[in-house]
Amino acid sequence: MRRLAWVPLILALLAGCNPSSLTDEEKRVVASLSLAALPPVPDDPSNRFAASRAAAAFGATLFFDTDLSANGEVACATCHKVDRQFQDDLPLAKGIGTTDRRTMPLAGVAWSPWQFWDGRRDSLWSQALTPLEDAREHGADRTMLAQLLARKFGDRYASIFGPLPDLSGLPEHAGPRSDAAGQAAWAAMDEGRRREIDTVFVNLGKAIAAFERSIVPTQTRFDRFASALAKDEEPQGDAAFSDLEVEGLKLFVGKGQCVNCHNGPRFTDDHFHNTGVPAAPGLPPDRGRAQAVAQFDADPFNCLGPYSDAAGKCDELKFALRDGEELVRAFKTPSLRGVASRPPYMHSGQIPTLQGVIDHYSHAPAAPEGHSEVQAVIFTDRGRAALIAFLKTLDP
Amino acid sequence: MSRSRLVIVALIAVIAVVAAWYLMRMMAPPPSDLDLAREKPSAAGLYHVAIEPELQPLEQGRMHSWIVSVQANGAPVTDATLTVDGGMPQHGHGLPTQPQSTGHVGEGRYRIDGVRFNMGGWWVLKIGIASPAGSDTAEFNIML
Ligand code: HEC
Ligand code: HEC
Ligand SMILES: [Cu+2]
Repeated sequence: MRRLAWVPLILALLAGCNPSSLTDEEKRVVASLSLAALPPVPDDPSNRFAASRAAAAFGATLFFDTDLSANGEVACATCHKVDRQFQDDLPLAKGIGTTDRRTMPLAGVAWSPWQFWDGRRDSLWSQALTPLEDAREHGADRTMLAQLLARKFGDRYASIFGPLPDLSGLPEHAGPRSDAAGQAAWAAMDEGRRREIDTVFVNLGKAIAAFERSIVPTQTRFDRFASALAKDEEPQGDAAFSDLEVEGLKLFVGKGQCVNCHNGPRFTDDHFHNTGVPAAPGLPPDRGRAQAVAQFDADPFNCLGPYSDAAGKCDELKFALRDGEELVRAFKTPSLRGVASRPPYMHSGQIPTLQGVIDHYSHAPAAPEGHSEVQAVIFTDRGRAALIAFLKTLDP
Repeated sequence: MSRSRLVIVALIAVIAVVAAWYLMRMMAPPPSDLDLAREKPSAAGLYHVAIEPELQPLEQGRMHSWIVSVQANGAPVTDATLTVDGGMPQHGHGLPTQPQSTGHVGEGRYRIDGVRFNMGGWWVLKIGIASPAGSDTAEFNIML
């Protein structure tokens, strides 16, 4: 009998890193990261067209339309490429010019309370309006877009949002964020007309936002692994993890502390952190979240503004953290779904490879400004390979 | 050893100790005797404070509200002003939102809106209470 007491121990050793070697706590975290834990897409009370199918279909058309740009060559899809996880594989995005930040992948954006790396917009529709007017991206302006809608999509627009306002006699190019001539033309328009044009502009954003709600994260090997685990079954076929992948998973949720920030089914806590990412050479200083606060508060298209349908239901905006050292160079925790197949990394594409990212977390350099939250974790060579192997299981 | 060298060595030693302490603090599990009481006297004993989340069970990531009940000498305190602060002692950061008290909702109860816990682990909520009876604070530990 005494000899038999060794059997469980030997079996446990043989089992090595197979999933049954995960502790109950690790299994609980795995379940919390799996797609099965993703709640339905949250309502957007600020956009009363969010659930409209007609608006979403119209938004899809607009997302791909290069006519929404100053040179007729830039659409949202130019940078957010459908077959590339809605991003462009570049360190800095290229529209009419070059931006200061990297294009963000869009799977699951509708779950995100704040948009952009610094979260300077609080809804998908107010976000969509921003690149349209940015000279480096679409370089369009408000009167140009209203006239384009009338010319190209008048009926479709009217069937969703009601009739377009009278556009006769409008300047061809005018908007508060366009060039000097466009700004002067905008200032010269009377207030009522500017409001009418703004409403058209906002509806354009609301249609695109309705479409973006359909861009959702897809099943990965990790999710199949997690779903077998949840049923207490041995993962089969491609759902089975190698020893290295299980080791990476354990590092990710354990010693590596990755799951502090990359948590939940989208692998993000929807918050902003200074992780000591070096400044991108040649670009103006980027203070991240610290510079976003004044911008979302001043945005006429925010949740509390006159174009929002939220009737004051704006908890994210109301309770946003507005000051403190922690906001300096804090950037939104990116989702890690699909991360292995879309280098480069970080808000301005500072790190070209996943190896580089793991190096970053193990050196934990001091932040160029503010204070990095990351504490160095020394990974062995095997540990690095394991983390990368695990991240690859998050590819669609 | 020259004086400047001594200073450098001392500095390095201090940095190493601080770094080691920081790492230990990060990696260590929360103290096993962590006081998780949702009801206690305030730090200077001016008030008796109880907190209750409106979201049950607590969920990582969801914004939610808390009800804070304040008593003094066994009677509800109805004229207090509450402030909220907090964070994760082991991670060295504060709350991800700026919760606010919407004021007295009756019988010494106060609503705190806009609380979110964006990570799992040990959180602290610090309730500041100011009333004609004086100012005091009460700190609560919360495990997620
Ligand atoms: C020139 C390339 C480019 C174009 C064109 C472009 N984007 Fe982006 N997009 C970016 C970049 C770069 C960022 C991050 C910018 C930042 O943080 O400042 C971004 C961020 C976003 C985000 C935020 C995602 C998140 O997780 O926070 C959304 C949503 C988005 N874009 C949608 C759109 C839509 C809709 C359009 C068309 C109206 C569009 N983009 C046009 C490059 C582009
Ligand atoms: C303190 C919060 C925090 C922790 C802990 C953390 N991350 Fe991150 N992670 C972030 C933030 C914020 C960014 C974006 C930073 C930026 O662009 O400046 C990021 C970026 C990344 C990226 C690049 C994704 C992209 O699309 O650019 C990867 C990969 C990544 N983290 C993996 C990890 C791994 C692996 C760990 C554990 C070793 C980890 N993270 C720990 C917050 C964190
Ligand atoms: Cu934390």
